Amino acid sequence: MDERIIVDARGSFCPGPLMELIGRLKLVPVGAELEVLSTDQGSSNDIPHWLAKVGHQHLETRLDAGVWHIAVKKMK
Amino acid sequence: MKILIVGGGMGGTILANNLARRLAPEVKSGQVRLTMLSASDRHMYQPGLLYLAIGRMTPAELYRDQASLLEPGIAFHVDPVVTFDLDHNQVKTHSGATHGYDILAIATGSRMAPEAIPGLAEHAETFYTEESARKMCQRLQGFTGGRVVIAVGVPHKCPMAPLEITFMLNDYFIDRGIRDKVQLHYTYPIGRIHSLEPVAKWAAPEFDRLGITYETFFNMKEVDGANRVVRSEEGGEAQYDLLITIPAHKGMEIVEKNGLGAGGFIPTDKFKLTMEGRGNVYVLGDTTNIPISKAGSTAHYQAETLGENIAAIARLGAPVRDHDGKVFCFIECGRDRATYAMFNYANPPDPKPPTRAVHWFKAAYNKLYWASARGIL
Repeated sequence: MDERIIVDARGSFCPGPLMELIGRLKLVPVGAELEVLSTDQGSSNDIPHWLAKVGHQHLETRLDAGVWHIAVKKMK
Repeated sequence: MKILIVGGGMGGTILANNLARRLAPEVKSGQVRLTMLSASDRHMYQPGLLYLAIGRMTPAELYRDQASLLEPGIAFHVDPVVTFDLDHNQVKTHSGATHGYDILAIATGSRMAPEAIPGLAEHAETFYTEESARKMCQRLQGFTGGRVVIAVGVPHKCPMAPLEITFMLNDYFIDRGIRDKVQLHYTYPIGRIHSLEPVAKWAAPEFDRLGITYETFFNMKEVDGANRVVRSEEGGEAQYDLLITIPAHKGMEIVEKNGLGAGGFIPTDKFKLTMEGRGNVYVLGDTTNIPISKAGSTAHYQAETLGENIAAIARLGAPVRDHDGKVFCFIECGRDRATYAMFNYANPPDPKPPTRAVHWFKAAYNKLYWASARGIL
């Protein structure tokens, strides 16, 4: 497996972690894995919710030292 | 020391002027050489396109000669870069010239890319170029009623534009006496109607009050012009009579062609504003991949930080401060009210209710911009 692409959206109020992820997914091939770093607790709900709607895979969510790590696989 | 600035938009222009003032003695003595390379001899006030689209500005108001905005001492060439040779600290230009540098600042900006969504360029109106804004203005003038859908791509330049154009269209149709014949329907890519949560919390009840409907988690997938439907990645669809889009943006082609960053956005340290892996290459404005608003204001504050730091490098040998991520965005809320959002990496925005005073401040800034570009305001 290739290394996960880090989307470092810590402290991003605008456009914010989910918008960063949406934009970044357009630049990677199907099958790529990305890991969003967010300091916004809302990301732990918003991102998995959007992934389910669109059909990308939510790999894991974990909280580490105040930073949410949300791993994603592009499926289409 | 040779300082080379590539790009003559807001970020590049403010940076060049800032440095020319800070380093005036060194520029005069020849110790420092400041050079700007741009693709155009004109400078556009891009926020004015929003007003052009609804007939409240004219094209002539959007432009100044770039050379007229620059401090004496800046060598300005209309000669866009073709090749970045970062390993040898030089660039090659369209004319065939080579420019070496000790410090390079890249501020080439971004461009709309509606072609990424099938049918969007052919069937939607937008306002991110003079041509498209003029076309949208004409289309609006001929519009007599129906369903207007606003659809938003990611990433896009000016995060306030989706809300602003919606509020301004509301008043535009009121002024024309046809608001009762127009349904305004707003869509947005994430689970609220603006990326900034406090702005979304304020704007949603405003939309309710004005009779503007909205739906969230709507990322455009395709536009079916024959059936006047825009469909989303999430499985939704919106029927329209007039489709207005804030299209997704990409960085400039030259950045991609030179392999400097995916999508034309260069990986950049958000505090130092250096290109990743390149200590003498700075990136500012829309060109960075920093998770921050793609807005003139972002470029403006980054240019001020870089002006201070690059001048310090020239005089002291090292930069003096980290960038704080400051952004200040006006939010036009119709024809005569506005508010603003101000934030940085550490502090979220706290928008206030819109007022006429802020609207008039924004109207004044539309003229004062040229002082900003000159590095005065």
